[in-house]
Amino acid sequence: MTLANLWFILIGLLFSIFLFLEGFDFGVGMSTRFLAKDFDERLALMTSIGPHWDGNETWLVTAGGAMFASLPLMYASLFSGYYIVLLLVLVGLILRGVSFEFVKHAETRTGKNIWMWTFFVGSFMAPFLLCLMLLSMVQGIPMNANGDAFPKFFDVVNLLSVVGGVAGTLLSLVHGLNFIRLRVEGPLRDRARKLNQILYPILFLGEVVFAVLVFFQTDFFTKRFGSSLFITVLIVLFSLLGYYGVLKDKEGFSFAGSGLSLSMVIVLLFNGLFPRVMIATNPAHSILIKNAANSHYTLTIMTIVAAILIPIVAIYFIWSYTLFTKRINPREHTVKY
Amino acid sequence: MLDIGLSIVSLARFQFAMTTVFHFFFVPFSIGMAVLVATMETLYAVKKDKVYLDMAKFWGKIFLLSFAVGIVTGIIQEFQFGMNWSEYSRFMGDVFGAPLAIEALLAFFIESVFIGIWMFTWDRFKPGLHALMIWMTAIGTMLSAIWILAANSFMQHPTGFKINNTTGRIQLTDFGAVITNPQLWRVFPHVILAAIMTAGCVIAGMSAWGLLRKKKDENHFFKVSLRFGLWVSLIFAILSAGAGDLQTQQIIKDQPMKFAATEGIYKDTKDPAPWTVVEAIDAKNHTASSQVEIPKVLSILAYHRLSGSVKGMNSINKELHAKYDKKFGKDMNYYTPPKTLFWSFRVMTGIDLLVMLIAFLGVIWSRKKKDTIENKKWFMVIVGLAIWVPFIGNSAGWFITEFGRYPWIVYGLFTIADAVSPTSTVGTLLFSNIVYFLLFTLLGGVMIWYSRQTLHHGPYYEMEDSKQNVDPFAKEAFVK
Ligand code: HDD
Ligand code: HEM
Ligand code: HEM
Repeated sequence: MTLANLWFILIGLLFSIFLFLEGFDFGVGMSTRFLAKDFDERLALMTSIGPHWDGNETWLVTAGGAMFASLPLMYASLFSGYYIVLLLVLVGLILRGVSFEFVKHAETRTGKNIWMWTFFVGSFMAPFLLCLMLLSMVQGIPMNANGDAFPKFFDVVNLLSVVGGVAGTLLSLVHGLNFIRLRVEGPLRDRARKLNQILYPILFLGEVVFAVLVFFQTDFFTKRFGSSLFITVLIVLFSLLGYYGVLKDKEGFSFAGSGLSLSMVIVLLFNGLFPRVMIATNPAHSILIKNAANSHYTLTIMTIVAAILIPIVAIYFIWSYTLFTKRINPREHTVKY
Repeated sequence: MLDIGLSIVSLARFQFAMTTVFHFFFVPFSIGMAVLVATMETLYAVKKDKVYLDMAKFWGKIFLLSFAVGIVTGIIQEFQFGMNWSEYSRFMGDVFGAPLAIEALLAFFIESVFIGIWMFTWDRFKPGLHALMIWMTAIGTMLSAIWILAANSFMQHPTGFKINNTTGRIQLTDFGAVITNPQLWRVFPHVILAAIMTAGCVIAGMSAWGLLRKKKDENHFFKVSLRFGLWVSLIFAILSAGAGDLQTQQIIKDQPMKFAATEGIYKDTKDPAPWTVVEAIDAKNHTASSQVEIPKVLSILAYHRLSGSVKGMNSINKELHAKYDKKFGKDMNYYTPPKTLFWSFRVMTGIDLLVMLIAFLGVIWSRKKKDTIENKKWFMVIVGLAIWVPFIGNSAGWFITEFGRYPWIVYGLFTIADAVSPTSTVGTLLFSNIVYFLLFTLLGGVMIWYSRQTLHHGPYYEMEDSKQNVDPFAKEAFVK
């Protein structure tokens, strides 16, 4: 195992933690339109992730930073190649990020509605576009010898990437609803379970279509048949676990199931990418981990830093979650945030 | 098509300037506010005087507004190196990525996790413990500044690296040298001290507007806040001037062109060097004519003694050509934009003096119980308007730092023109510039509007009427 490979895995890990955590944030944001019936309920939903969303998003920031620090050529090619998509991701993250704070200060009905809508739209845009980008990228895009990527419109928006985007968004929504079942009390909680009873069958359909498209549109199954198949099965199994939790009213199972399916999507993609970081339509221009990586010296330092800091972060991160376990009830107590 | 190539660079530069200046509008304010709010809450925990609790809560709201905008604009910062400056990211990845990743792991997690806890645990933790949460956030913001400034300092003064022969890219050889970079430890204090001053000015200014409304029940609150803000402004204006002087010493040695430009000197000065207060600069013909001059002062500023001449841009230009022509060719223009630097420096230092003066008068005039500073309406209006002044100072300072690095993005190693993404087009850059511009107008406008509204409601508004700071997760919160 070279250090570069280790960092490739670590970046994948950071992204999957991000999707596990912010996945339910996004889902909660989306559910403000599908689940909540009035402003109080929307606010209660927002409050359920109030203390956590910023910390969750920091996993994305860390994953980006880690990519820059270990595989800068991947960072440069990916981020410059998917310029417009990432710009829109940023718009989504910005809109939802500020809405947490702004909605507290809005006093008119219109004001409150505006920030609730930006919260919804942002929560919807970010996961959709991120999944769209990832599933476009793994299909291979036009690149030159310098590593510059020039994806055309249909390289970015095609059947697999759109299905992937929709499936990722749907999975986030399901995950968010499972989180709501853990954190909220009263009718909202029942409604979340009912909605998930409807959404899971659709999700399974989506996952099957997704798997078929991945089979045909990427080289994952030709290059790494066994592991790709295994991970795909895991995605479905974890989703089944989530569904089981919905049917039996065991929200812990549901939450773990939907979160792990989201993480496994990233694992599938990184497993398929390996040992490449960017796939070019002309294979000679694909970028390999070993070419994209930083010097051994830098990677050694980063490894030491990460080995010390990540466990410490994990400890207080988890501790912060244990502080907020009381369920919120929007009717008993109008949380004005 | 040279024409278009040029506008890609300028659009990318414009975008970087716009996004960082906007980010850095809120960042120093958040850094300063975190420290000050933490101080207020600590004062409450120690002295048990309720006014400090009210202060922590009220100014905490303003802090959270700024923090929210700071966070979301920070994400742009991280992405845009890859998006707009991919050649730069390839060239600098070995050095630049590490501080960035460490910043996220070491600082952003502390900030984001503890701010979340702080916001929702007012009713749960004892004041001392609760204050600890905001102290953690404050420490996080400073750690974050250290690491991002370490990255920036490398661009100003590269240390601990070599150029890899096969790739032509920078390779880190000594991580210790990157974090002990002398540039870093001169920039960091200046940035932090100016940040605290910024927050002090805003607290003082908003309190002044609050006092002008002459509401009896709020008088005590705003008076205490006003004095608090004025004292902070005074002390930290003095300290940042001192730290700024250290910076000056550094750039004379390191980037003489930058220094000569901030002083608008084309020809080498006489010895001792006079200081030019105002001058007319003709950047095309490389000449300038001083309008107001004070003898000897530049020698004092530059060397802390009464003698010594300062090199002008013309001779530095020759030296730079002699040093770099082999690598970058004869056509390089080494003159940093002199008007921008000259005036930015005067704006920044002028603002320091202005803040010192206002804060000093304010501290004097609000000294005794019977002094009713709020009746000096003209002065209160000045204090109120001075809210904006440090923000201009912060931006002006960065104008010096960043424009003064011209024509390099990494000093002496890599030019700005080589750094942009080859994939960028005028169309996409125009589009993103417009999108950011609209977003920033919206965010900035709303943030200012809501801060104003919060001030308008005063410190006691939320507390009587709503559950603003109630912890919805605590058991007691649900007891009816
Ligand atoms: C309101 C804020 C503020 C105020 C009142 C001052 N500064 Fe400043 N200055 C900054 C805010 C700032 C800054 C935004 O924080 C900068 C930009 C980069 C940096 O390191 O700090 C800066 C940069 C900066 C630089 C450029 C450093 C470089 O290019 O590496 C110099 C030489 C000074 N300052 C010197 C001073 C002096 C002598 C001051 C007072 C007499 C002063 N500053 C007041
Ligand atoms: C500390 C982290 C920072 C880093 C790593 C950084 C890096 C950069 C980069 C890569 C550019 C584009 C290339 C160039 O034009 O030189 C740039 C330009 C610029 N930055 Fe910074 N910057 C930082 C902080 C700031 C801050 C806080 C401000 C202002 C508040 C600022 C103001 C500017 C301006 C005005 C430009 C445009 C200058 C020009 O066009 O040459 N920078 N900076
Ligand atoms: C002198 C320049 C800079 C300083 C001192 C600084 C400091 C800070 C601080 C204190 C915050 C917390 C939010 C706030 O207080 O408003 C923040 C947010 C952020 N900054 Fe900057 N920053 C600078 C420039 C940059 C640059 C150039 C980048 C890009 C790499 C960057 C990336 C970020 C990110 C990603 C966040 C969001 C963190 C989160 O999610 O919690 N910053 N910055």
